[in-house]
Amino acid sequence: MLDKITILGGRDKGGRREKISRLEIAAGDVLAVVGPTGSGKTQLISDIEQYDEKETLTGRSVLIANQLVGRNENKKSRRYLVAQVSQNMNFVIDMSVAEFLLMHARVRGIEDPERIIEKVLAITNHLSGEPVAFSTNLTQLSGGQSRALMVADVAIISNAPVVLIDEIENAGIDRLQALEILRGQGKIVLVVSHDPTLMLMAGKRVIMKNGGMEKICCTTAKEKRILADLVKIEKRVAGLREQLRRGDSIGHGDNNVEDREREVGLYGQGVSAPAPEYQQGD
Amino acid sequence: MRFVIVAGTPSSGKTSVMVHTIRHLLKNNLVVTACKIDCLQTSDDARYRRLGIPVAVGLSDYICPDHFYVANLEEIEAWAREKQADVLVLETAGLCHRCAPAVYGCLSICVIDNLVGVDTPRKVGPMLSSADIVVITKGDIVSQAEREVFRYQVELENKQARILDFNGLTGQGALALKKEILNSPALAGISGRELRNPMPAASCSYCAGETIVGKDYQMGIVKKVDFGRGN
Repeated sequence: MLDKITILGGRDKGGRREKISRLEIAAGDVLAVVGPTGSGKTQLISDIEQYDEKETLTGRSVLIANQLVGRNENKKSRRYLVAQVSQNMNFVIDMSVAEFLLMHARVRGIEDPERIIEKVLAITNHLSGEPVAFSTNLTQLSGGQSRALMVADVAIISNAPVVLIDEIENAGIDRLQALEILRGQGKIVLVVSHDPTLMLMAGKRVIMKNGGMEKICCTTAKEKRILADLVKIEKRVAGLREQLRRGDSIGHGDNNVEDREREVGLYGQGVSAPAPEYQQGD
Repeated sequence: MRFVIVAGTPSSGKTSVMVHTIRHLLKNNLVVTACKIDCLQTSDDARYRRLGIPVAVGLSDYICPDHFYVANLEEIEAWAREKQADVLVLETAGLCHRCAPAVYGCLSICVIDNLVGVDTPRKVGPMLSSADIVVITKGDIVSQAEREVFRYQVELENKQARILDFNGLTGQGALALKKEILNSPALAGISGRELRNPMPAASCSYCAGETIVGKDYQMGIVKKVDFGRGN
């Protein structure tokens, strides 16, 4: 397994040296890559993916375990350094989950593939709301099931030491668990996200601006408490979603609606004045 | 002049891959020309023209586009030399997969995408197996597992080639491909060079414009399906 990768800064879109000249990420770390659209998040990831190209547009270089990696001419079967799971990815193969996982495990040269795919399925079902069976066809999986299977497969079968999680905010899987599982496998985890919960789940975040790495923030103790609140709110939203999907009517017998409204407004961004009431027949 | 031959499955992103790569080559102040071979119609030339480089189009019309391509290699080379090109990019039609356009002494690139399915590398045949570089596109929209399996299948078909991942939308991978092109040897002249794979004979009455179905209308080299009687 890979201990750490180091990114040595290059230049931003304006040709100026990046403010962050050295960024280290160790195995088991989660790094969030944040910043507005167009700030250079994708380019940073793509620089890491192309670690063996000395020339990049940004002039960054990537050290793998402190060594500058040059291209190895003999390496026909260069394995992936970065495995990806993103919102845009789909399974396009017409095959059952079991057949597919076995095929992937064999390609990876894993011994005892039957045992390993049991593990993958268990993790998948741990992350996904709706259970997946070995006999299910890949193309029939829901978005959430697909994402859960992709995370489990990347964690257990794919041997890429770095995992990129790209905007899976609405994927319908337990994201905190997903990150924990990947971390637990000794992966270096990069999360590209616009979602505050995911940003705070990372121990560190790098802020991108105008194509350059602008700042590194470590998640503070206070932020971790805010994260805990966010997770609670999300659980509550998830619970409501579940109830509504079941056909329940919600809010009956809930005497704490006002308290909850205040709770949501905790950080000064909630509803400050009561919303105008909806009048029937308007 | 470096002679770069680009083949690949339909809609795999041959033109996108080359447009991104040419853009990087132009930054090195190289003269690049592009020629597109197609059958009846093409609009790919417009995308090359937008780069501001000399572009030629060859439409094979009633002739097999790959045979048409071989028959015109000398003329295409002469055209590019007249433009004083450092790099000639020749993009083929990418149709039946029976022929491979690779020529000894030229850099041969095969573009194939992740969406065609993991069994396809086997079916693509000589176009893939005789390439110097295999470019795999559309990796951003399939699962990591499929990317890995697909790449493995490509490696099984072509053990010598360098395999590059390429995102045709963002151009990620273009720098690596540019380097491969610059590292390839220049070609002194195409005349007398040899195809890496022969192109099969297919001369029958239908090649000549016959339209009626039936044994009586078939002449020349005709092959029939064997329904398990032989084997």
